[in-house]
Amino acid sequence: MSVFRGFGGAGFRARTRAMVIKEFIQLRRDRLSFAMIVMIPLMQLVLFGYAINTTPRDLPTAVLLQERNDLSRSILRALENTGYFRITHQLDDAAAFDRLLASGDVLFAIEIPAGFERAVRRGERPALLVAADATDPVAAGSALSSLGQIVLTALQHDRAIPDAAAPPFEIRNHARYNPAAKSSLNIVPGLVGTILTMTMLIFTALSVTRELERGTMESLLSMPITPIEIMLGKIVPYILVGFIQASLIVGLGILLFGVPVFGSLTLLAVLSTLFIATNLSIGYTFSTVAQNQLQAMQMSIMYFLPNILLSGFMFPFAGMPVWAQWIGETLPLTHYLRIVRAIMLKGATIGELQYDTAMMFGLMLIAMTIAVARFRRTLD
Amino acid sequence: MNTAADNAIEVRGLTKRFGGRTVVRGISLNVRRGRIFGFLGPNGSGKTTTIRMLCGLLTPDEGEGTCLGFDIRTEADSIKRRVGYMTQRFSLYQDLSVRENLEFVARLYEMRDPVAAAREMIHRLGLDGREEQLAGELSGGWKQRLALGACTLPGPQLLLLDEPTAGVDPKARREFWNEIHALAAEGITALVSTHYMDEAERCHEIAYIAYGELLTRGTVEEVIDHAGLITYTVSGPHLNELQAELAKLPGVDMVAPFGASLHVSGRDERALEAAIAPYRSRTGLSWVRSEPSLEDVFIDLMSTARDNFQ
Ligand SMILES: Nc1ncnc2c1ncn2[C@@H]1O[C@H](COP(=O)(O)OP(=O)(O)O)[C@@H](O)[C@H]1O
Ligand SMILES: [Mg+2]
Repeated sequence: MSVFRGFGGAGFRARTRAMVIKEFIQLRRDRLSFAMIVMIPLMQLVLFGYAINTTPRDLPTAVLLQERNDLSRSILRALENTGYFRITHQLDDAAAFDRLLASGDVLFAIEIPAGFERAVRRGERPALLVAADATDPVAAGSALSSLGQIVLTALQHDRAIPDAAAPPFEIRNHARYNPAAKSSLNIVPGLVGTILTMTMLIFTALSVTRELERGTMESLLSMPITPIEIMLGKIVPYILVGFIQASLIVGLGILLFGVPVFGSLTLLAVLSTLFIATNLSIGYTFSTVAQNQLQAMQMSIMYFLPNILLSGFMFPFAGMPVWAQWIGETLPLTHYLRIVRAIMLKGATIGELQYDTAMMFGLMLIAMTIAVARFRRTLD
Repeated sequence: MNTAADNAIEVRGLTKRFGGRTVVRGISLNVRRGRIFGFLGPNGSGKTTTIRMLCGLLTPDEGEGTCLGFDIRTEADSIKRRVGYMTQRFSLYQDLSVRENLEFVARLYEMRDPVAAAREMIHRLGLDGREEQLAGELSGGWKQRLALGACTLPGPQLLLLDEPTAGVDPKARREFWNEIHALAAEGITALVSTHYMDEAERCHEIAYIAYGELLTRGTVEEVIDHAGLITYTVSGPHLNELQAELAKLPGVDMVAPFGASLHVSGRDERALEAAIAPYRSRTGLSWVRSEPSLEDVFIDLMSTARDNFQ
């Protein structure tokens, strides 16, 4: 293919290197971009962090105690000790329960049934009834997921209930208003992907149009450098930048939100690098198609929207209509989200991620091919 | 491959249109190796467009030719490796220092030791002590020098310099031309576009272009001779009124102020003599037959060309 002429060889390496060094120096001088590298992930994480409230505190809770004994008091104390729940109402009447939930006065209603302790001791696995207002699925989800452990701890420590393979009770939870409540842990890995998409696009979407508008393209084109060398020279420095950014987000995610990483960090790093390169290529493609910097920016925003909406970041992918899923499959973010969630939360290995990896790689190649083909070697 | 051993540039009938408007019309040029070729013409006449076609930055709509023996349509890559193009508008990286700009160029051309090459060029340009200054912070004259340095750094055989002295003070201009002559002495060919008439005198050969059309070419003497203008220099009082009067006369093709006097020119000697005869005896005016200046020739060529093309 003629557009890939000159690929490989010493000259290719020398010229690509020249371009990479130049871009690095320019990036270093560009205080605003440099600040953006650190500030965007920080801002987004902190803003999203508060908005999504993954570590909810003091959620108003009503308890309905059908029996009052040491065990129920012990469970209440344990609930309050976690800081998640603040018990605002103690009720004796089930009807008040529904009223409080419906009015939004409480987000949780926990019912300890009569004869709970006795049933536990007998090994009958009695049910602890929990009703949650799941309109805020994130808040409800993480509190719910911690509930079982809290009660178990209370039983073991305070009431000397012997350890057993299965918990001696069952939590029968009922998420109201939003049955598809998802775990908050989905969100932070998702943020890694969206922040990277946004910043990487911004970095390269302006690269070609900027040279055109500053007039430096005329000089560059009069020198013996090929489109592919220019492209690689403009992408490579930002791979490093993206990598630093990804580390920052994952690091903060672990520190601030206690997101676990069950899988291999190395695999996460490698596939994140691929994702970064894919986004940089797409941004670069925009810059070869756009007439000016404003157009390049608009194209990036247009591209960003479906990424947010159709990738499974905002809404569960499986719940989208088929046509939307098809669009979603063409977005690198969709595949990256699956990868990050699988590695961080499920401990997935490369064997399980082949499809998504191949898709990201393919999308990157398509973007690069379009960019090199679209690159105008003359000023015509 | 190299069919034009003697000519660095050999192009015929170059034509370029932008959106239906013809900006360059059938320009043919031959530039001998080792020469300094002046490319003159007013703003908007098509100089930049022509130069861009020579180095492969624009594709001609019509015409063909070679630069350093390489086809301008199909061998742009080979041309780019051997030609230094200095753009009209400063086009180095303003946010890179002098040294970084030069090192970037040296690396692009795969020079063996880019750092040393840049250092040497900084010295040659007299930019010692400014190597870490950002290119965007240099004054106009220094920017031009740096741009010239950048395009000569890889050792090109041909320089295409597009208005390299525009907006530069006279001292810097003189130094710039000295540098170009020094490069020519080393065997480099240079095509220099300009709209300063006095710079034509510093070229071995010139071509004049207006409205996209090549109007004349040759050495300065040839161009003046070829124009066939008869010129009188007249001095005295009230020259402004006199200029207006003379310009209306048949036989007078052009009246142009020249210092504290007027140049009155015509193509037909007898008609001119007849036209000015009544004024020659006027008291206070002194009439001298003289050589037309290059400027007279160009202004005359342009007014003729305008009648033809506009
Ligand atoms: N890319 C372009 N698109 C449209 N018109 C152009 C373009 N480049 C130059 N022109 C027009 O062509 C004419 C010649 O321009 P140019 O070659 O820059 O002249 P010069 O260098 O002699 O001043 C001008 O009228 C200019 O407006
Ligand atoms: Mg010009």
